[in-house]
Amino acid sequence: MQPKSPPNPGRRKFLISATSAVGAVGVAGAVVPFISAFNPSEAAEAAGAPAVADIGKLAPGEMIIVEWRGTPIYVVKHSDESIKEIDKNLERLADPNSETQVQPDYAKNKYRSRKPGISVLSAVCTHLGCAPKYYPQLGVVDFDSEWQGGFFCPCHGSKFDLAGRVYAGVPAPDNLAVPPHYFKSDDILVIGEDGDVA
Amino acid sequence: MVTKLMNWFDDRLPLTATIERHLTKYPAPINMNIWYLAGVLLVVVLVIQLASGIWLLMNYEPTAEGAFASIQYIMRDVKYGYIIRYMHTTGASAFFALIFLHMFRGMMYGSYQKPRELLWVLGWITYFLLCALGFTGYVLPWGQMSFWAAQVIMSLFGSIPYIGEDLLTWIRGDYLISGITLNRLFAFHVVLLPLALIAVVFVHILALHEVGSNNPDGVDVKKFKDADGVPLDTKPFFPYDVMHDLYAIGVFLIFFVAIMFFYPDGGGYVIEYVNYEAADNLKTPEHIVPSWYYTPYYAMLRAVTFPLFGLTAKFLGFVVMAAGIAIFVALPWLDRSPVKSIRYKGIYSKFFLALFVISFLALGYLGAVPSTPARTIAAQIFTVCYFAYFLLMPIYSKYETCKPVPDRVQLG
Repeated sequence: MQPKSPPNPGRRKFLISATSAVGAVGVAGAVVPFISAFNPSEAAEAAGAPAVADIGKLAPGEMIIVEWRGTPIYVVKHSDESIKEIDKNLERLADPNSETQVQPDYAKNKYRSRKPGISVLSAVCTHLGCAPKYYPQLGVVDFDSEWQGGFFCPCHGSKFDLAGRVYAGVPAPDNLAVPPHYFKSDDILVIGEDGDVA
Repeated sequence: MVTKLMNWFDDRLPLTATIERHLTKYPAPINMNIWYLAGVLLVVVLVIQLASGIWLLMNYEPTAEGAFASIQYIMRDVKYGYIIRYMHTTGASAFFALIFLHMFRGMMYGSYQKPRELLWVLGWITYFLLCALGFTGYVLPWGQMSFWAAQVIMSLFGSIPYIGEDLLTWIRGDYLISGITLNRLFAFHVVLLPLALIAVVFVHILALHEVGSNNPDGVDVKKFKDADGVPLDTKPFFPYDVMHDLYAIGVFLIFFVAIMFFYPDGGGYVIEYVNYEAADNLKTPEHIVPSWYYTPYYAMLRAVTFPLFGLTAKFLGFVVMAAGIAIFVALPWLDRSPVKSIRYKGIYSKFFLALFVISFLALGYLGAVPSTPARTIAAQIFTVCYFAYFLLMPIYSKYETCKPVPDRVQLG
């Protein structure tokens, strides 16, 4: 005959809960490597690390291309002449005030840049991901009779101004994205981190 | 000799009892019709997919550098490799075509109602697993559509408020869709998901044989039994069902191999032409279109074009799409009708079921073509109709006049 209840039910209950609790902790611990292994590996993290560029030698009007996480990033130093054009013909732009959040807050300004005169833009057309080309010249160009400088996407004809703001009536819906970036010193640009958000 | 061998086994394993319970003597209602073939054909397709999948695996290389080339190798160099691959792609489409018919059968005849709720839930899990298998498998060839489909679908997780971006990185294992992502989807596609599918299908069939098959009249055949306790309106599975199932499998295979041999691309819907180009993360295809079996849900995703309650349109589209797949599971508890089969249900049930079918087909079309403003509005209307079938069911199924249900199944 089985006894109806264990000889010491309180002790039995305590042992069962204590064992279950310890077991649950063990299971939780065992889950950790499985969850963690899903994160980017050390190699992937290294490949996705911030890109550093020296812009000291960049002359006004020049652009360099920096690769960050597999995509090209345009870094442009604007000339005083072209920067004056930036406020002209705002009515041609779809989102002149950068309302759509494709830039960090510190780049949500007239020049869409952290440092006036330096644009850091993702060179991925917001239409279908082609790389828009840099056309700094002003005036008449093949695709525009009053060009104010900017970027032109050869794939489907999307146009962006020098600050990467998209023109109205082109296939691309949004301004060019501004990746997180900060200036370590006057000349050293770090792409991929916000640094100290002022 | 055979009897002796069987006895030896039966003393150690319930072999004869299992065979009789699940195969030879399983009582199948005598009025089952053509709709009841989808189930057995699904099992056939499962076997086709497992066999062809294992053979594809022998030559496939799950790396970002080698995947696309290994598919070309299978197609061109492996002897009969193209047949094996077309078998697998045609099988994927057949899987979905059949499970849609199988689910529709259940919806028509109320096969989800008591006592078959759990059977229905298990079936819904297999549908969900199939969706996951289809998606993960589609990425493996690492063509343009593979890559960008993965990009679009995975970025949906990025639209989840607050945790989205981190979750997305966690799912991808990288900051962009890369070989790391490909490898984990590969592991899911060839190990985790098939194992889960086989296990759930097994339990689905166990549950079916516990509660017994429904039938087009939706009457309980167990009410009237003969002296041996066998329901009167049933016949043993062997030979009656086995024979006509074999015939049906033959007819099905004619269509299957016709597509496999002569029309494997399915006009670009089974294998999309863009996928003949290797994945390129800097070049997006003109139109990103999912395989035909996801187009109804893709249409729902695109139909949500407006933010609401501070949530982005993209996230809401994701929610609506997921809900479109998930809502089937609630069906047993949404249906308040006293009768099972559509034959005896009232006019509202018939109307809403027809509306559901039309919406599903229309969304399937709209998800396959490029969107225009007019098509977006159409997709929004059909999405509402799709959900109306489910969400209004507790009302219309309760307050409609049903026809009297006969005691026994009706023939002819």
